[in-house]
Amino acid sequence: MANIVEIKNLSKSYGKKSVLKDISFTIAEGQIVGLFGPNGSGKTTLLKTMAGLLKEYSGDLKIDNENIGIHTKSVISYLPEKTYFDKNMTAKNAISIFKDFYADFNEEKARNMLIDLSLSETQKIGTMSKGMQEKLQLIMVMSRDAKLYMLDEPLGGVDPASRDYILDTIIKNYNEKSSILLSTHLIHDVERIFDKALFIKNGTIVLNEYVDIIREDKGMSIDELFREVYK
Amino acid sequence: MKKDFDNNLPIYIQIIDEIKIMIASGNLKAGDKLPSVRDMAQEFGVNPNTMQRAFSELERENLVFAERTSGRFITNDGGVIVELRNILAEKELEKFMEYMKKIGCTEDEVIEKIKNMSRSEK
Repeated sequence: MANIVEIKNLSKSYGKKSVLKDISFTIAEGQIVGLFGPNGSGKTTLLKTMAGLLKEYSGDLKIDNENIGIHTKSVISYLPEKTYFDKNMTAKNAISIFKDFYADFNEEKARNMLIDLSLSETQKIGTMSKGMQEKLQLIMVMSRDAKLYMLDEPLGGVDPASRDYILDTIIKNYNEKSSILLSTHLIHDVERIFDKALFIKNGTIVLNEYVDIIREDKGMSIDELFREVYK
Repeated sequence: MKKDFDNNLPIYIQIIDEIKIMIASGNLKAGDKLPSVRDMAQEFGVNPNTMQRAFSELERENLVFAERTSGRFITNDGGVIVELRNILAEKELEKFMEYMKKIGCTEDEVIEKIKNMSRSEK
């Protein structure tokens, strides 16, 4: 299996404060990897660096065999932590923007998911609840045929019933050639979808293992192990 | 078919157990074609790699076989299925007997209770 992500000795600091320290890991095609860590551990910084939004770093960072740049940006579909849509826009506007922006955007997929999650195409985003806005954004991001989906806390404001639908949506809408890196605090609710878990602590990767091996070796859920590691 | 997984146990093992029950009960019959990895993964709500691992394990246990072009099938060997049922039944019985012994029931008592129960159910 080819690697979509190859990171070697990645470090990054904001001024004197070092936020990512000597991070190395790979993600193979078709893998769904969970990025777990408490607030301030470096999850968002890591994802932003991979997305090409933070330029200064040291180390080797390759996505789809290339250094961060135009190509890697075109194969990454990134869901940032904060919603970025204009409040006066509608889902319909969002779809046309994504269509203009991304050659790999699948409009039909997006429309079907809007219907499944009962989101209106004409409602102004500013009048949607936080959960609805998150769903909309996730729909847009998952409707691209990307090689790497990076989802930063996609489930925070979503109710448990929709959470299941969203997880199913994620599983359904990626293919064996693409990979997913998903960060979340809500480990318990999402454990079933992962191949691998990455634990990040104070900017360092402290664990990188297949989830079923963790369960087999320790007889523990990922959630339980998380609580132990971050005690 | 979507089930609540026990997060403390490897998910692929729980899927294997689920499929074994379907085979033993006859919900999946000898020679039945299985859905694709992708479809099964969606049905169980897990990722396709996990499903693949479960299938590989079932293949190793000769309960499932793969044909290069046409997909995966339940074994045609009825003997393997009978044996599977026996193993599953014995495993469950052992657990049950252990509990009955713990609460002080003799084997004769257990047999008597089972007879009474199935009589009253009829």
